[in-house]
Amino acid sequence: MLVVVAMSGGVDSSVAAALLRAEGHEVVGVTMQIWPDEGLLRSERKGGCCAMGAVRDARAVATLLRIPYYVFQMREEFERHVIAHFAASYASGRTPNPCVACNEHIKFRALLQKARRLGADALATGHYARIGRSADGGLRLMRATDRRKDQSYVLHPLRREDLGYLRFPTGGMSKEEVRARARDMGLPVADKPDSQEICFVGPEGYAAVVAQHRPEAVEPGPILDVDGRVLGRHGGLAQYTVGQRRGLGLPGPEARFVVALDPERNAVVVGTAGQTYASACSVPRANWLVPEVPAVTTRLTAKVRSGPAEHPAVLAAAGPDGFSVEFPEPVRAVTPGQGCVLYDGDEVVGGGEIDAVRRSVPAAAGAGAAAI
Amino acid sequence: MTGHPCTTSDHDAIDALGRASGADAGTAPGSAGPVYLDHAATTPVRPEALAAMAEVYRSAWANPSSVHAPGRRARALLEQARRQVADLLEVAPERLVFTSGGTEANNLALLGAAGAAPARRHVVVSAVEHHSVLDAARSLERSGYRLSVVPPDREGRVAAAALGAALRDDTAVAALMLANNEVGTIQPVAAAAAGAAARGVPLLVDAVAAAGKLPVHAPALGAAFLTLSAHKLGGPQGAGALYVAPGRELAPLLHGGGQERRWRPGTENVAAIVGFGVAAELARRELADSAARLRTLARSLEAAILGAGCGAVATGPADPEARVPGLVSLAFPGLDGDALLVALDLQGVAAGAGAACTSGSVLPSHVLTAMGLPGAACRAPLRLSLGPENSDADVARVVAAVARAARRQAAVDAP
Repeated sequence: MLVVVAMSGGVDSSVAAALLRAEGHEVVGVTMQIWPDEGLLRSERKGGCCAMGAVRDARAVATLLRIPYYVFQMREEFERHVIAHFAASYASGRTPNPCVACNEHIKFRALLQKARRLGADALATGHYARIGRSADGGLRLMRATDRRKDQSYVLHPLRREDLGYLRFPTGGMSKEEVRARARDMGLPVADKPDSQEICFVGPEGYAAVVAQHRPEAVEPGPILDVDGRVLGRHGGLAQYTVGQRRGLGLPGPEARFVVALDPERNAVVVGTAGQTYASACSVPRANWLVPEVPAVTTRLTAKVRSGPAEHPAVLAAAGPDGFSVEFPEPVRAVTPGQGCVLYDGDEVVGGGEIDAVRRSVPAAAGAGAAAI
Repeated sequence: MTGHPCTTSDHDAIDALGRASGADAGTAPGSAGPVYLDHAATTPVRPEALAAMAEVYRSAWANPSSVHAPGRRARALLEQARRQVADLLEVAPERLVFTSGGTEANNLALLGAAGAAPARRHVVVSAVEHHSVLDAARSLERSGYRLSVVPPDREGRVAAAALGAALRDDTAVAALMLANNEVGTIQPVAAAAAGAAARGVPLLVDAVAAAGKLPVHAPALGAAFLTLSAHKLGGPQGAGALYVAPGRELAPLLHGGGQERRWRPGTENVAAIVGFGVAAELARRELADSAARLRTLARSLEAAILGAGCGAVATGPADPEARVPGLVSLAFPGLDGDALLVALDLQGVAAGAGAACTSGSVLPSHVLTAMGLPGAACRAPLRLSLGPENSDADVARVVAAVARAARRQAAVDAP
């Protein structure tokens, strides 16, 4: 089998390539060049998907594994789908997850298409996730064996019809096992730290990237309470996210938290900790990873951000395009722009971008915060 | 699909796979050995050149500037190489400066000419020059020079009159390459040089892509400066030459000892230069026959690909005589150029496209863009450059591989 492996220069994708090679497949390593050329020679950040460090490390691993290695120029698509969406989200009062956008448009669409153009039989990555068979014989996206490292959340935009083309060789391993394999094989990246930052944001910080594309997102505006009273000034919606406490600069002893972002009034709406909880959210544009849209009232679990936190969720509405869920136990800081991903046990049922949120503590009359 | 333990025996398995396929950094196992069609990027070293270089390392490795006998032996070989390269250009040997390659020679000529005429603050270059000329010119622009870039026509040809019109009284240097390395267009250098000389402006002629394939007679061309590179004509990487016409001045880039008439100090890379000389002599002797053979082979290669109905269009001059021999320049509008090149590599076909960059991916070609080619064509260029060892069988194999790769892409992308 000819397999294209997306190599970031990190230990996970390096081991993925090594495992496939050891199984006897014809493996081709590729790195997506998504960073601007000016940053190419000078960026030396630790970890991170981008910069010459990634290419250098991936190429070194490819040489060791004796596999062909290529760099694909994908900056244009990346700008158009990931960076533009990143900035537009902040400008519309949302908090984006660019890894989700990249997976949807770049890694598992544009790059997947390139793999097909090469005549490859599969595309593999180092993601912690699994593809398994359900009782009905169909393929399912499942969370990884190592729940702390599970990345199935960011993989929710994968198309069901593409699952047969994908491989996640490290999805059944723990992080420690992966590093141990890398050491056994003498891979130079065995102890490379995991990337923590957004791959396309440099030392200038994410707000600078947003400001370049959507200056309105860094325009100062009012901080309001849920009743619409002006409490202070903020330095741009891009700097805030739902549930945030820092950076509000408000006087007074009581703790205040971002409850909503209102792009129409360019306002940050703050309230009590209780007011950051939500009892429902809607996802108008969802990707289903199961063959049948589940029935309303189905009980599932949901993640509303990347990380281990997961919540009981009841399907309140569901159709081919999207869904909404109710949270029997109110959830803190459900954030428009983040993904809401539904699980049935270990299987990913579907997910998409959160559009509207219903606060569990109702606002007073006249409040302008987003509601379902 | 799920990870299984990868033990040391797996490591052995990978090693064994590597040995069996004979791969270093991975040609696809099972391919019949690569066919090389990227001579415009670099050429295999001629065995005669390699033998001469090995002999230098074995018995003539001393410093050519030394007084003693070993040094004088090295000096003699160095000067013999200078004569060999000078004969290729039909110039006197003392007019040649050896450098580390074509890039350094172009930088030395452009920046050196500007540096020698500091009161002049204007530079003229064609839009299709190699990056070593364009980027050197842009560095002058960043330090306050005015830069004029003269565009080509649709076939990549820069009109001598257009270059002439861009010259000013304060132009320090102008640059027009003899043949373009991407699409092969032969430029009207003699006319351009005459026009420049009439305005008192020295012309830099980058002959790197032309030397060894076309006659390059520097005085006949009227070039003030002319550059070439060893590894484009069967010599090793690491050696280039700059011809400096009588009376022309250069401000050197490097400072140090007195080598190369102080224009390029530093202990000479004698072995590489000796290899350069041998390759230059062979190129001069074989030029006429080689050019004819390459033109014929390139014509059949181009015709076969265009006739294969796989979406290819030719770029560059329509008249094969207006192109450097052996170079086939194509584009595949609507296709993914990166994927095309990789697909060819996986089939064992080594081809070129656009301009390489440090990460190894293909950047959009400034030459094709300057020629006004639509974006869809600029995104999937293919440059096939033949050399003396390529055969009709190679051509057949390449045609099949290109057609297969292009058709598969089109099928995969079809709605």
